[in-house]
Amino acid sequence: MDSPRPVLGILGAGKLGIAIAQLALKVSYAVFIAGSSTAEKIKLSIEILTPGAIAVTAEDAIRRSDIVILALPLSKYRNLPVDLLKGKLVIDAMNYWWEVDGSISELESASSSSEMVQHFLPQSRVVKAFSHIGYHHLLDDARPLGVTDRKAMAIAGNNVTDVQIVACIVSDLGFDPVLIGNLADGKILEPGTPLFGASINEVTMRKLAGLDNK
Amino acid sequence: MPKSSYKQQRNILFGLDSFGDIPVDKDGNLFSHAAAIRQVVDEAVLADKLGIDVIALGEHHRSDFSISSPETVLAGIATKTKRIKLASGVTVLSSDDPVRVFERFATVDALSNGRAQIILGRGSFTESFPLFGYNLQDYEILFEEKVALFAKILTEKPVTWEGTTRATLHEADIFPKTESGYIHTSIGVGGSPQSVIRAAKYGFPLMLAVIGGSPARFIPYVELYHKAASEFGTKVDEIGIHSPGFIADTDEEAVSIAWPAHKINFDRIGKTRGWSPMQKEHFDQEVKNGSLYIGSPETVAQKMANTIKALNVNRFDLVYGGGPMPASARLHMVELYGKKVISRVRELLNG
Repeated sequence: MDSPRPVLGILGAGKLGIAIAQLALKVSYAVFIAGSSTAEKIKLSIEILTPGAIAVTAEDAIRRSDIVILALPLSKYRNLPVDLLKGKLVIDAMNYWWEVDGSISELESASSSSEMVQHFLPQSRVVKAFSHIGYHHLLDDARPLGVTDRKAMAIAGNNVTDVQIVACIVSDLGFDPVLIGNLADGKILEPGTPLFGASINEVTMRKLAGLDNK
Repeated sequence: MPKSSYKQQRNILFGLDSFGDIPVDKDGNLFSHAAAIRQVVDEAVLADKLGIDVIALGEHHRSDFSISSPETVLAGIATKTKRIKLASGVTVLSSDDPVRVFERFATVDALSNGRAQIILGRGSFTESFPLFGYNLQDYEILFEEKVALFAKILTEKPVTWEGTTRATLHEADIFPKTESGYIHTSIGVGGSPQSVIRAAKYGFPLMLAVIGGSPARFIPYVELYHKAASEFGTKVDEIGIHSPGFIADTDEEAVSIAWPAHKINFDRIGKTRGWSPMQKEHFDQEVKNGSLYIGSPETVAQKMANTIKALNVNRFDLVYGGGPMPASARLHMVELYGKKVISRVRELLNG
């Protein structure tokens, strides 16, 4: 890579946050990670599960990173510090899982869960990625660039430059990026769609996402 | 750890786990829930005769599984068996009452002459929450508080406790007391690091539920458990893994029976969770490199031995009979597990 790699700040130190951190560390990204409370509480798990990542508070993870990844339960999105996230590129890896999240009334008026998040963070640049592959397949499925059996990861966002930045990260972390459209189009990655949970290659994904006809 | 030390230091335990999936008869008709429960009792009796160490039964509260009350089934098994340990896998403590859980398992312990075991978990299914009037938003606090209370109850001394998730207890003595003075209790974990640390904090044995993906990715979780236990000064004496599988005489036969049943099972659960339907390619991948232990006795034994070595665990519970499988194939599987697989895994570990 020619340009220096962005520093990642992951909000959420559960299964998904840890899997993303592990992928990023494998390719030498700098990673700050925060759980729902103090850095102390997650220090031991981070030290052992994602050696190299730095356990911090959410505030620090945002301040010290270039790009923030949301890996918390979607129902907690209202706790996100809107002001601190101003101007940031924010990757939304969350999904609406009704069993855990309960009913979120705002979701009814938004066309996709990522649009709802963007609406809550009006001055941030939200891009949806890392959401449709299950956390227990992220690690197994990741492959370096140039390998034949690479899997595809869908990306949705409203700003072309931001989407390209995220595509680079997705590729670095082990997946062929497939740009499926804007945040509203992110709907086709949500639970209940054929793409949700799908661990497939680029050709199949383009077909399933209806991109070949566009 | 060098290979030879398995022989000296480790007595690996082998278990069979079920949620009471509904089997089919030879014409493909689904059993009733009641018959499915009796099938599990028959399988446990056979497992006991074959010297399998543990039968662990998990709870579900939905139509595709027959067991919602594992300890009642375990009580039925208790009086028909001699040696096999009788475990839950898991008891969803968050939506249960710790006092009641103890009472029920202490009763199973009495009926079985001290063979009851408990695996506590948060459960990856959530249907028990609305059913028993709990709010999913309290998922964390319910488990946290109830595990703390349960650890006290397990000492079998009068308990004084105060929290937000159940009534206060003041010097409450809980009966029946067990003869050994302690019910073996583990914590089942699906990959949440905080749960691993919690198990270490209370010195509970750890049971890792690895139901998809490469088992090797749990190696750091085992390390986390050891490290946390040493920080808390607790003792680590048992780490187990729980993974699904199926055994038949040949690899082809095993796959031909397990694949359709597994797909029906997965797709049905997926419907409520938004997963896309399971593809054969994904299934094959899980059989080859992931967490499905499906094949002939030799194939399954090799795979189990590799996992046991890689994770350095001393208990392996095979979740059997997932989906609508022929009842006769399930019984045959138990037989192959008890007669061929376990001894072969021991041989591979000690060889």
